[in-house]
Amino acid sequence: MQIPIEYYLILSAALFITGVIGVLIRRNAIMVFMCIELMLNSANLTLVTFSSYLGNSIGQLFVFFVMAVAAAEASVGLAIIIALFRNKLTVNIDEINIFKW
Amino acid sequence: MIDLIYLAVLLPLIGFLVNGIFGSRIKNEKVIGLIGSGAIGLAFLVVAGAFLQTLSLPVDQRTNYVELFTWIKAGGLHINAAYQVDQLSLVMGLIVTGVGFIIHVYSIGYMHGDKSVWRFFAYLNLFIFAMMNLILADNFVLMFLGWEGVGLCSYLLIGFWYDKPFEKSTTSAAGMKAFVVNRIGDVGFLLGMFLIYLTFNSLNFTDVFARASSFDVPGSVFTLITLFLFIGATGKSAQIPLFVWLPDAMAGPTPVSALIHAATMVTAGVYMIARTSLLYAMAPTTMMIVAVIGVFTAFFAATIGLVQNDIKKVLAYSTISQLGYMFLAMGVGAFSAGIFHLMTHAFFKALLFLGAGSVIHSMHAQQDIRYFGGLKKYMPVTYGTFLVAAFAISGIPPFSGFFSKDEILWYSYTNVGFFFWLLGAITAVLTAFYIFRIHFLTFNGTPRFDEKRTHPHESPKVMTIPLIILAVLSAVGGFIGIPEIFSGENGNVFSTWLAPVFKAAELKLSYFGSYSHFEELLFMSISVVGAIAGILTARYIYLSKPEIAESTARKYGRVYKILLNKYYIDEVYESTVVKPIINGSKSFLWKMFDVKLIDGFVNGLAGSVSNASKYLRKLQTGVVQLYALVMIVGILLALFWVILSL
Repeated sequence: MQIPIEYYLILSAALFITGVIGVLIRRNAIMVFMCIELMLNSANLTLVTFSSYLGNSIGQLFVFFVMAVAAAEASVGLAIIIALFRNKLTVNIDEINIFKW
Repeated sequence: MIDLIYLAVLLPLIGFLVNGIFGSRIKNEKVIGLIGSGAIGLAFLVVAGAFLQTLSLPVDQRTNYVELFTWIKAGGLHINAAYQVDQLSLVMGLIVTGVGFIIHVYSIGYMHGDKSVWRFFAYLNLFIFAMMNLILADNFVLMFLGWEGVGLCSYLLIGFWYDKPFEKSTTSAAGMKAFVVNRIGDVGFLLGMFLIYLTFNSLNFTDVFARASSFDVPGSVFTLITLFLFIGATGKSAQIPLFVWLPDAMAGPTPVSALIHAATMVTAGVYMIARTSLLYAMAPTTMMIVAVIGVFTAFFAATIGLVQNDIKKVLAYSTISQLGYMFLAMGVGAFSAGIFHLMTHAFFKALLFLGAGSVIHSMHAQQDIRYFGGLKKYMPVTYGTFLVAAFAISGIPPFSGFFSKDEILWYSYTNVGFFFWLLGAITAVLTAFYIFRIHFLTFNGTPRFDEKRTHPHESPKVMTIPLIILAVLSAVGGFIGIPEIFSGENGNVFSTWLAPVFKAAELKLSYFGSYSHFEELLFMSISVVGAIAGILTARYIYLSKPEIAESTARKYGRVYKILLNKYYIDEVYESTVVKPIINGSKSFLWKMFDVKLIDGFVNGLAGSVSNASKYLRKLQTGVVQLYALVMIVGILLALFWVILSL
């Protein structure tokens, strides 16, 4: 028997909301970063779901692109966080607010 | 050659560009002068070639068009850069390039040693370029381009010696005055043009004139159009009430006064009326106004000319007066007589100015006739040629001025009335008097300058030969327009040549009335006798009994003072127009409108943005998560909106 598509979508939405909440409430920059990855992956899951449901491989192709971009983004982001830590000795984003009025 | 007529426009432009761009690097005055006058000489040959070719064509094929390119195309408006080569534009073209060439050659001598000869020749060539556009244009817009161009060159050349003091201020101020007064007239020209387009839906001469006859347009529209155009003409051609700039224009070098402010530019208004004669013929009211303004300008300017002491000032008022005659001719419907006078006037007035320039040149920039006298023995050629011009302007037969002036006077009697003839004839007497006044005071009698310190000398050949050519033209130029009373049917070559251009207008006007030959001869003799009387009076007063002049001036002190101060017209304009405008601009437009309103608005806008951002920038907290929250809330709201609207 086939698992209905709603299950996938609900799981994906749950992952996404978890990511959003994480981005909004976590203080640690690395955690915020991981939550962003979570959101990306929830989107990936949706893409794969629809790809298999519609029998169209373009969705899976997209996933590879997203993963590649996410990997590049992760490397840049982590590099920024390390540079920040060396300067400020903290990765708490509440304390990193020098770009204000 | 007709197809090549654009060369007559292009060559002066090339001359202007060459002298204007490279002139300061060409150190040799002769080369500069050669480029400048060569361009005009070649242009003259082109026009002359076109003239000869047109002459060989049958009468009904003498109007040709040379289209160059589409200049403006916007909606229904379609304007070509196209030239109209017909009898009228050829006559004007010959005058402008011919007299222009002679004056260019003269300038080589006159401007010798000046620090910026190249600038002078560049401006002169630019002037001829603009003037040829004005003359040859086949539509109002191209004509207006030339119209503005000659105004610009006039301004540039009046203020040519920009650092030289002139009367109460500088020559640049005189140039500015000319420019501003001309601008008032130009507004009239523009309004006329707008109204023409509104009425006839075209600005092309041929279309407008065809539609003027066929469209059902009320007469008041014609009156309005022609009045607006006439305002433009009064500005350019120095007529009442906009004549005040011309006397001040004498601040420029004398060849400029001869070329621009006597022979060519100032006659542009006359030419424009001749070109649009059909429109004027449909507006009898305007014709009357033109005639009245013309004859009064002729008379008033002549009275002022009687007492002025600056030789160029006298000639300036004389020019205004002669232009008045031309407008009188236009107003009474004697279009070809007006153009004929325009031509003879170009000859003899250019000659008078160049002669005066020759005198000024040898007297070291002295222009006051009270310090001349007895120059005859020093400058025989200048003396002789000036005398010819003086006879011509006085209307002594068989000099050219006699034929043209008399034709105008005769038509003003037959077409309008005795009063116009009378005022014109009185003006002719005054003209003879004032021109011989300056002639006798300059060349005859005893020298009134210090002969030990000033050594007058005849001008070089490059200046005297142009004088001689112009003297010949002034002497014999009238023979192409001998009145029919002497030459028989169609014997007046000049008016026969121009007749096709003015045929439509003259049909509209159709003056009737028969006048006997006896009448014509009588009027002619009266004006000639009057002119001779004027000359003899001037001779009696200024040569035999110089004390009469002074005692008369003292006896009629008040009149003399009014005339000497030019009826205080400048002062009246100063207090009624210039001062109020300056004061109004200062107290209202500057201090109220500009400072408070315009600046207030702009500064207020900047200030309020700055104030608002003082509070708005608080939104930028620097906390990344707040930005993310706002973004997500926004996305959610957008999503809800999309879902709800489904």
